[in-house]
Amino acid sequence: MKKWLPWILTGVFAAWFFSGAMAPKPVNGFDVAAWGRLPVLLNGRVQPLDSVARNSLLGISGASTVTNAAGRPMSATAWLLEVMTSPELADQRKIFRVQHPDLAGKLGAAKEGLIKFSFNDLTNQSQYIKDQAKIIFDAESGQGEEAEKSRDALKKDVLHLYSSLELYFRLKNSLEPEGAEDFAKELEAYEQRIPAGRAALENSDQGKPANQDDLKSINFFFRRYEELSQIAYPLIVPPAPGQPRQAWCNAGTNLMDALATGAVSEPMKDYAKMAGAFNADKPAEFNRAMSDYRVWLRSNGLTSALEAGNQEFFFNHLQPFYVSMVTCVAAVILGCLYWINLSPAARKSGFYLLVLAFAIYTFALLFRMYLQGRPPVTNLYSSAIFIGWAAVLFGLFLERIFQGGIGLVCAGLIGFITLNIADHLALQDVWASPGRGDTMEMLRAVLDTNLWLSTHVVVVTLGYASMFVAGLLAIIYIVRGFFTRSLTPELGKTLARMVYGIVCFATLFSFVGTILGGIWADQSWGRFWGWDPKENGALLIVLWNAMILHARWGGLIKERGLMAMAVFGNIVTSFSWFGVNMLGIGLHSYGFMDAAFRWLMFFDATQVALIILALTPQRHWASFKAATTPAAPPPGARATATE
Amino acid sequence: MLKSCLNFLTSLRLTVVLLGLALVLVFTGTLAEVHIGLYDAQAEIFRSFFVRWTPPGTHLRIPVFPGGWFIGLALLLNLLAAHIKRFHFTRKRIGILLIHAGLIFLLAGQFFTEQFQVESVMRLPVGGSANYSEDSRQHELALIDVTDPARDKVFPIPEAVLARGGEIRPAGLPFALRVKTYFQNSTPAGPMSGGGEKIKASRGAGRQLLFAAAPETRRMDDENRPSALIEVVAGGQSLGDWTASFWLGKPELAAGLQSEFGALVNTPLTEPQRFQVAGRTYEMALRPVRYYKPYTITLLEFKHDIYAGTDIPSNFSSKIHLRDPARGEDRDVLIRMNTPLRYAGETFYQASFADNDRVSILQVVRNPAALTPYVACSLVAAGLIVQFLTHLIGFARKRAQQLQPLQPRGGPSPALRAAPAGRRSGT
Repeated sequence: MKKWLPWILTGVFAAWFFSGAMAPKPVNGFDVAAWGRLPVLLNGRVQPLDSVARNSLLGISGASTVTNAAGRPMSATAWLLEVMTSPELADQRKIFRVQHPDLAGKLGAAKEGLIKFSFNDLTNQSQYIKDQAKIIFDAESGQGEEAEKSRDALKKDVLHLYSSLELYFRLKNSLEPEGAEDFAKELEAYEQRIPAGRAALENSDQGKPANQDDLKSINFFFRRYEELSQIAYPLIVPPAPGQPRQAWCNAGTNLMDALATGAVSEPMKDYAKMAGAFNADKPAEFNRAMSDYRVWLRSNGLTSALEAGNQEFFFNHLQPFYVSMVTCVAAVILGCLYWINLSPAARKSGFYLLVLAFAIYTFALLFRMYLQGRPPVTNLYSSAIFIGWAAVLFGLFLERIFQGGIGLVCAGLIGFITLNIADHLALQDVWASPGRGDTMEMLRAVLDTNLWLSTHVVVVTLGYASMFVAGLLAIIYIVRGFFTRSLTPELGKTLARMVYGIVCFATLFSFVGTILGGIWADQSWGRFWGWDPKENGALLIVLWNAMILHARWGGLIKERGLMAMAVFGNIVTSFSWFGVNMLGIGLHSYGFMDAAFRWLMFFDATQVALIILALTPQRHWASFKAATTPAAPPPGARATATE
Repeated sequence: MLKSCLNFLTSLRLTVVLLGLALVLVFTGTLAEVHIGLYDAQAEIFRSFFVRWTPPGTHLRIPVFPGGWFIGLALLLNLLAAHIKRFHFTRKRIGILLIHAGLIFLLAGQFFTEQFQVESVMRLPVGGSANYSEDSRQHELALIDVTDPARDKVFPIPEAVLARGGEIRPAGLPFALRVKTYFQNSTPAGPMSGGGEKIKASRGAGRQLLFAAAPETRRMDDENRPSALIEVVAGGQSLGDWTASFWLGKPELAAGLQSEFGALVNTPLTEPQRFQVAGRTYEMALRPVRYYKPYTITLLEFKHDIYAGTDIPSNFSSKIHLRDPARGEDRDVLIRMNTPLRYAGETFYQASFADNDRVSILQVVRNPAALTPYVACSLVAAGLIVQFLTHLIGFARKRAQQLQPLQPRGGPSPALRAAPAGRRSGT
């Protein structure tokens, strides 16, 4: 059994991963998944409706699923389909999350805590929310970003609810005008009236007598679709044959264009049929209209958009980062188990799982790069992802070289923590501006260079990753040494070597990365170094590494000093990675994040506590006490331990 | 005594202390940038020998912490002294030598850059041409002989000379100037507006439009707009006094004044201010320092691209035409974000735009030390790689032997024993 355990565990996790690759089952016969794969253009990039649904729902409710009337969870895609085609159903879903108790109370919530309202719950309050938002905007007008940064929790929550309602309203009016009875029929009627309407319009323009009925009816449609064009959110209609690839438009604009072309476009007709079939509960018709549309896309040179939709949908459903995160946790648990009972099977299982986690992680990273057509790090979210990946890689190497489970625990733990941070960053991103947040956002002009993104950014991020690995190794040294008797002199030496080696790499990466950043700045705006906060942050890491190395070479620090300094490296690195963004000035700033700020302070406090532990005299350390008792391990151990 | 001094100067302890000070300085400097702005923080903390503190209510400037130059210089001395004292070239030290040589090169290069880099701006409306760029911080009083319609002759007077005041006798001109008033920063003012001293001229636009002193600004995103009252004296006789103001000398600002005050004054504010001496016509303008070039750049097209369905810019680019008769250059060039034009020792970057995408603003940088970071980076990177790979390979070999402790052929070689990771002898 013990022999097979590593393989069995790995097999179970791998099976779980591959199960995500299977297509979701139809819901009541409706192929919702296929609908979620349909490509649209939003935030400057082609993405599947599934991504629009996930990001919108996450931005509005902070969750990735909704509870339906039967109390069952429904997917984001199913929710969006409902919003866009049957708003009267969607209005009952409790999705509007209110965090602040004062606002929740004002809106009529009875209990405390996290409250979710449905649109219907808020109908009577919508004016109140609009007024409150207006008061905040008016008070802030002319004060620029400063005012935005200093909003308190209540103001933020009011504005979040306000923009959530706005997004929801726009989504409801993205395929058809809200409340359309039978949209497919409406479009048919519109198309029939176009020729007569156009003639009437031309006559009236030229001052000739025009048929007033035709004029009136065409004006009715035109105004209706003009309004739709101003509200509709994702650009769901692909470019017509012969138009440029980026020329997507929303439903309203496309219907207005129909007046010029003389016919309603095929995509709009198909979407209208899907909406009608979904409303009338006719799954077969719904699925047929959808496959008609897919065929149309394929035969009109839009295969690449269709593929992009399919691939991103696949990625969304596979959730490789999540699977890899859970696998990392399992590896950490097995590594700790090994430390407790020294069962080689546990270490081996942990190692296999970590290899699996790394493989999935790598696959996910590469897939994301492929989807985005970019190097791995383009924003804060992807930097967290990449730090975790690099840390897992370093950990695997350490485990290969040194064994003993240290690399294993270290890799798994950083992988887990950074993936968690990435998850929170993504949530924060979509929460901050519902409907606009997107972890695969387009890059602003100055960042639009794959050369520098793949050199400077990647190398600097590798530097961060190695700093955190060194810091965590030091934490393992301190915790095991102080609280347990398991830090033998040999283990202490081994850890010191690992930390030293990793610090060397950190120096290399951070120095080269920082200089490359300077060269990028020199290339793109003509100055190598400008004391920008982000540059300073990178410089701090380089200086700190140089200090560790010189202190070590000069014999100013021994094992424990090295560990204390490596832990302080965590504080320096987290300041450079996150802290400077919170300062909110300079070319690199991403905006203020106060929740993240609290976490950063908490993290720094724990690191300071660990440093204090590291500097506590050895007689208080459990491991060194063990070494001085008579029953201690072989002679000579003490001399090494006090080094 | 000397020996202990030398020991101190070459010690690694000093290196560590200096690096620690640098760390504290960079950290506090970063925080200070939030409060006092990038420009002031740089001047007071990074580009100074001491960080000074003024106790409230006094004018003292007490040094409280070593500044960027102090620490940089001390590190450089420490590094050089240590290398001179312990210099011996061995293969094992190649890495360390390369790293430190690269660092010296980098610091020296940055020092040269600070001393000799000239940054200026070229502002081009679509279809417009320019054969000069303008400094973004320094001003000059330009006297321009416009008698010959085919060719202007410019006599620039630096702002520092104006600030000193008194009489100025520009070489090659038949008249003298008396600086009667000079404001380092100023704002246009009506005659009825309250406040302190105002400039009122007897000739030119300044007869009707007055300028009042304004507090000096040191913010990065703001600029000083000086004004001066200048009397022209020719042959011992005064021709009257003129207001030379940056507000009038910079066309964009003058256009703004014209639309605001045009109705109140009956002199066009965008026209140059002229006077005549000895049959020649001169213009006077207080404007950004101009760097004339032996070539002309014409803006053919400016593009501000955005991603479909968003307002996120995806690219800014300027299509320009470069004409340099002396070098026989006559070609179109596309300047984009991250792809500047390098020409005749200068680099042109797409920096900004104005006036609803009708004006493109190019940053023009002349930096004779521009290549040093590239060389320094290569040196240090090579050094770090050599150094750490040597350690790593040595360590891996040792580790491999440890894992097979019962090898028949003796113990590890002396070389391997001498190089455990992290311990270097001789320091």
